[in-house]
Amino acid sequence: MFNNHIAITPDLVRAHGLKPDEYERILKLIGRPPTMTELGIFSAMWNEHCSYKSSRLWLKTLPTKGERVIHGPGENAGVVDIGDGDVVVFKMESHNHPSYIEPYQGAATGVGGILRDVFTMGARPIAAMNSLRFGSPDFPRTQHVVSGVVAGVGGYGNSFGVPTVGGEVNFHPRYNGNCLVNAFAAGIAKADGIFLSEAKGVGLPVVYLGSKTGRDGMGGATMASAEFDDDSNEKRPTVQVGDPFSEKVLLEACLELMQTGAVIAIQDMGAAGLTCSAVEMGAKGNLGLELDLDKVPCREAHMSAYEMMLSESQERMLMVLDPARHAAAEAVFIKWGLDFAVVGRTTDTLRFVVKHHGEVMADLPIKELGDEAPLYDRPWVASPKLPVIAPADVPAPADLAEALLTLIGSPDLCSRRWVVEQYDHYVMGNTVQHPGGDAGVVRVNGGPKGLAFTADVTPRYCEADPYEGGKQAVAESWRNLSAVGALPIAVTDNLNFGNPERPEIMGQFVGCLKGIGDACRALDYPIVSGNVSLYNETNGQAILPTPTIGGVGLVADVEKTVGLGFRAAGDAIVLLGTTTGWLGQSIYLREIHGREEGAPPPVDLGEEKRHGDFVRGLVTSGRVSAVHDLSDGGLAIALAEMALAGDLGAEVTLPESGLPPHATLFGEDQGRYVVTVAAAGLDALIAAAKAANVPATFVGHVGGTELKVSALTGASLCTISVDTLRQRHEAWFPAFMAVAH
Amino acid sequence: MKSAVVVFPGINRDNDMAHALEVVSGTPAHMVWHADTELPDVDVVVVPGGFSYGDYLRCGAIAARAPIMDAVRRHAARGGFVLGVCNGFQILTEAGLLPGVLMRNASLKFVCKLVHLRVENANTAFSSAYAAGSVFRTPVAHGEGNYFADDDTVKRLEGEGRVVFRYVDAEGNRGTDGNPNGAINDIAGILNDAGNVLGMMPHPENLVEPIQGGTDGRGIFESVLAAVA
Repeated sequence: MFNNHIAITPDLVRAHGLKPDEYERILKLIGRPPTMTELGIFSAMWNEHCSYKSSRLWLKTLPTKGERVIHGPGENAGVVDIGDGDVVVFKMESHNHPSYIEPYQGAATGVGGILRDVFTMGARPIAAMNSLRFGSPDFPRTQHVVSGVVAGVGGYGNSFGVPTVGGEVNFHPRYNGNCLVNAFAAGIAKADGIFLSEAKGVGLPVVYLGSKTGRDGMGGATMASAEFDDDSNEKRPTVQVGDPFSEKVLLEACLELMQTGAVIAIQDMGAAGLTCSAVEMGAKGNLGLELDLDKVPCREAHMSAYEMMLSESQERMLMVLDPARHAAAEAVFIKWGLDFAVVGRTTDTLRFVVKHHGEVMADLPIKELGDEAPLYDRPWVASPKLPVIAPADVPAPADLAEALLTLIGSPDLCSRRWVVEQYDHYVMGNTVQHPGGDAGVVRVNGGPKGLAFTADVTPRYCEADPYEGGKQAVAESWRNLSAVGALPIAVTDNLNFGNPERPEIMGQFVGCLKGIGDACRALDYPIVSGNVSLYNETNGQAILPTPTIGGVGLVADVEKTVGLGFRAAGDAIVLLGTTTGWLGQSIYLREIHGREEGAPPPVDLGEEKRHGDFVRGLVTSGRVSAVHDLSDGGLAIALAEMALAGDLGAEVTLPESGLPPHATLFGEDQGRYVVTVAAAGLDALIAAAKAANVPATFVGHVGGTELKVSALTGASLCTISVDTLRQRHEAWFPAFMAVAH
Repeated sequence: MKSAVVVFPGINRDNDMAHALEVVSGTPAHMVWHADTELPDVDVVVVPGGFSYGDYLRCGAIAARAPIMDAVRRHAARGGFVLGVCNGFQILTEAGLLPGVLMRNASLKFVCKLVHLRVENANTAFSSAYAAGSVFRTPVAHGEGNYFADDDTVKRLEGEGRVVFRYVDAEGNRGTDGNPNGAINDIAGILNDAGNVLGMMPHPENLVEPIQGGTDGRGIFESVLAAVA
């Protein structure tokens, strides 16, 4: 039998993830020892995942405002104006720890959670992405995690019916014990049809809607706020179980319900379930809230107040409804066959009161539960600067063609077909650019308007130089959107790091945030939502710092976007941007020479802006036939990917640069693009670039069935058939997944 | 052309289908709720794709027993046209309107990609807009599209020209990697014996406008449009 008045021992406090001084804070706040239910509520509200206690100070430094921003961080998702009375609502959120323990359900419920964040605000989801990072392919558990995570992402998103239009998949040993699953979703709503969590009005019914409450996911947010060790598999019961069918029904019911005018406030039950959602609704509205747990629909018998308050059962919503429209609301619930119940009411006491079997199980000050959460200014040390590696200090490969084939077939650069084909990217019939390009593009409301989406970060750069790495993540996102002709309008960030109690990890966090902030300010690219995931460590080994940037761009006319594939033989190929042959932290250095060394390429934000604006103009004015940004693997990989996507070869002559060919081909200098243009338009394009102060170099022509690269002298450097490129590009992933590990 | 799209909870290509019907026929489709018992007066009823009732129990099994399905059966018995796509195909087999079953894909994975279909019989109400033997593209997006029936049924389907669409490669050849799910005889779409009910796994409704990457899927709808004219 559950004893709410059990004596709270230091062991119990520790088991709830609370530090002794945090417990002292609780005692001071309420003037007595908490009940067991109250201790559970504090652990849910004050863990890192929900309270952002280590990150809040630094998050405040990020730019969150902009002309188009309607709601920034603090709501379920960011809301940004896209004209014509429409808004895009989007957010990215991690589900890392659960996905490592139980890959399928962890990833599935990550997708479910982010979709719910979007439609809770009244928006219909129109696109999803996911940024996935796995351990080394050699690590025994990696294949199992990849298989489960990809199936889980697909299983939930496909059934829900939202197209997955982009994402990332990368491998690195530093994710061996801690994979990353960052799920992004975006939806569309009318600017005057946005719903918030702030409760308004005293004595109004608080309604529970959706799946029944079970014991799944108990304490999930607290688990997500701790490091892993070898016994982490024992935490499997803390992973939630997803039901995409319930979510789809909940989506349709919520949107229909919102149309009736009955919804005053709405909040989904995500991390920390009923606790977090109820407290948030009350606290934001300056109201108290009283819950009667006898009314909560339960899946299992004899659930205690403690269990109900900490359950993270999925597909549940909490709402404050207008009693005058109760009948209309009820009709919607019944039509969709959803469980609903009046489980409480708003009060004017500013207390959060939880009753069960007629007994008060918790009675806490509602504002202080959130506002008085601990806030830490964690000590941090800046990462040491690494030396710049000169191009001349990196050896040439034995054979340039073989080096290119090795890279294009490597785990990080090979085809993601095995992954992407498990995601429905056609549903809704609006996908204009499918996964595999620089950014996914979907048509909005029948067009011609559209939205572009991309998820980016280069963790090895962030590790080598957090500040430059943070800048680069934002810049690459900006570049990817510009490459499809979209105007980058706003960002969601998903900040994945190790244990913030270690100063060097906190230093990575601080460095990345400074870089992200500077880049977003320079590019007028505000951050409107996000999520922080700390304690991504196993046995003391932290992940690479991974601040994933989810970028959203506005496309004026979807007919005018271009892809990365070569389109027509005879088109001229032009390289935009400055090439210095930067090989420090390059994929080339790592894959060919086994070295992860040196400073990463610096990002010049002024250049980035100028080049991006120029490229976007080329696309929207219909002057280019293909565009691809340069990132991992540099010029050589960009050309190879363009050849593969267009099934057309090219003849390229490297410009005079004084650099060794491998530095020109594989260097990862930032702010660069390759564009193709009809031969007749070449001179005008070069002139326009010059006028815009954008370095532009003609490098060759599209055509044939081979990618041929020559030196200025005419000497052949590398000749590979597109078929051979394709064989190497397509081979690795299916082969890796087919082998029994 | 007057059309209806049946909406079950969990269906997610209902709007895609309604959009395609309107794009091709110029007339909006009626959306019919699964709990209804009567259909409006229409020429064609479409059972669209998605995950009706979560596809729990067995894909299509619960939807096949929904109240509206009796009306769909009566419509078919009267000679009205019925098109089932993806989950709709699964539902029609579960409802007894088409023979065979859709099993888990041979890969055991969900598959979403463009595939090529060869028109095996252009002399049907659903395929007359295509040339016999021609090859067109459509997306597939399913986890359970592996068509199977017993030997006698497959022989009948083949012998009576009721295999309307078959998975092939871009050159129109069988036996390579054109079949995305392991379906017997590369079967992608079949007709009932009366010729008025078609089930297919691929999604022609997602390829009816150039901005979607092509208009290959229009032929299905144009064929029905011609048949009801």
